[in-house]
Amino acid sequence: MMDFFFQFPVWLQAAIKGLAVILVIFPIAGVCSMAERKVAAWVQDRPGPNRAIVPWVAWIPFLGKFLQRLGIFHVMADGGKMLFKEDSTPGHVNKFYFIAAPLLAMVPALTTVSVVPFGAYLSDAGAVVPLILANLDVGLLAVFAIASLSVYSLILAGWASNSKYPFLGSVRASAQLISYELSMTISILPVFLWINAPGTTGTLGLARVVEFQSGVWQGLNAASWGGVWFGFLMPVSAFIFLVCLFAETNRQPFDTIESEADLVGSFHTEYGAFKWGLFFVAEYSHMIVGSGIFMLLFFGGWNPLPWLPLASVVEWVNHLTGWAFTLHPIFVGVLSVAIFLGKVLAMIFFFMAIRWTVPRFRYDQVMRIGWRVLLPLSIANLLFYAVAIALIQK
Amino acid sequence: MAVIKLERKPLTLAERTYIPQILRGLRTTMKHLVAPAVTLEYPEQRPEIPPGYRGVPTLVKDPNGREKCVSCQLCEFVCPPKAIRITPGEIAPDSPTAHVEKAPQAFDIDMLRCIYCGLCQEVCPEEAIWLQNQYSMSGYTREEMVNHKDRLYELGGTLPDQHHKWDKKKAAEEHGNAH
Repeated sequence: MMDFFFQFPVWLQAAIKGLAVILVIFPIAGVCSMAERKVAAWVQDRPGPNRAIVPWVAWIPFLGKFLQRLGIFHVMADGGKMLFKEDSTPGHVNKFYFIAAPLLAMVPALTTVSVVPFGAYLSDAGAVVPLILANLDVGLLAVFAIASLSVYSLILAGWASNSKYPFLGSVRASAQLISYELSMTISILPVFLWINAPGTTGTLGLARVVEFQSGVWQGLNAASWGGVWFGFLMPVSAFIFLVCLFAETNRQPFDTIESEADLVGSFHTEYGAFKWGLFFVAEYSHMIVGSGIFMLLFFGGWNPLPWLPLASVVEWVNHLTGWAFTLHPIFVGVLSVAIFLGKVLAMIFFFMAIRWTVPRFRYDQVMRIGWRVLLPLSIANLLFYAVAIALIQK
Repeated sequence: MAVIKLERKPLTLAERTYIPQILRGLRTTMKHLVAPAVTLEYPEQRPEIPPGYRGVPTLVKDPNGREKCVSCQLCEFVCPPKAIRITPGEIAPDSPTAHVEKAPQAFDIDMLRCIYCGLCQEVCPEEAIWLQNQYSMSGYTREEMVNHKDRLYELGGTLPDQHHKWDKKKAAEEHGNAH
């Protein structure tokens, strides 16, 4: 089967791989919106959506009821509603840009996935090979470059809507995203300063970052550094990155862009049906990719625990069970993707928990935190680590 | 009155970073995440109706199955939104309750007008009209929202009182006044 796949021309292989990833991201984004409603309900001490059911699932005695209570089928109901309800375009909008905006929102959201590794397998030589659509050296730089394009879709949506609140929302969006991108980019520089030690080939690839966090415990000496996740080595970097991630993905408490209390629905006020849904899928895709990058950079990617890299786990499993297939690339790949996805979903749950914990900041507070707290803090953090790394790696 | 001026304490560094508060808030969030739901799942679970609740007005019968309303029309007169419409009627002379003389021929309560004030219940000399526990009324047409006499008795049921006012009156007439 694998040989059959590798006979395809390169562009077809790339297209199939890309489609496969999109087909995973898209439903996860949909399920996230459901999880959002469900978590919101649980936090507020209510059961949440639990009515929709497909008849033939209802016939399954215990599981059917459980799935119904879990609200799984509301995802389909939501999607169906979004697809089939009337997709009205208001008369006062600029039609071309109005329709282009949600499409443009999807493009960066799905493009950034291409440079994010989501798993790994062991080659015959025992080396860890990352699963990634495009293992580029620019890696994270590409993510930042493309992700910041997403602000264009918000501006376009707000402007094309030809209405006050969407416009205000898009102005806020552009200001907020630009202010937090600075500290976000600076906060991760220490990680790459650490990785690109003098004498090694430089890279900004995320796969390399995980490789660096895949060390094993070798006693209390410098060699054990490799097993420590960067989140523990550079907690301030991780914290700044996390806060900026909340701001960049428009999540509470940095939800001033949407802020339904003062801006109705902000840039998507005039949108409905599937176009509105696309904005939301884009937002959740940003969340997923953002959480993924956070996990890769600071929490070991597909390594289950510090000092316990994927390779060791696979070795143990193989040793314990003695089954040959546990060394097969597909098994290792699925295992690593599962570990990584588990971490990402935990992160998304954290996003949701924060949403119901911290009230929304006022817009001026958002700006103050961005420019007067996070930016100086990230620069100080960079200077500290630059000096420290220079001393350690000299 | 003395004014007590309270010194507002300056925030500590930890408080200004906002982080301990967020962590404490997260703990509260997590507590509620696992706490049982406090809501009712309405159509299946119904709230417990407290005594004295004023729901949909209904007509009741006495334990002998006699309709208690004597169509005096006091409720019709007192009804502030004029929701009640009564057509008085006579009781047939061969009926066992002929001594009561009057009963409503038709008794309509327009639930689109009713304001659930309970004045009809308060004014009724026969304890025949009661606001009971039903709190949800719905229908597809205006006509459906008018409760007619048979529906009112169906909703009302029987009032288990032992007055038997009219029977006592009849007995007194027949056997002479006991007093």
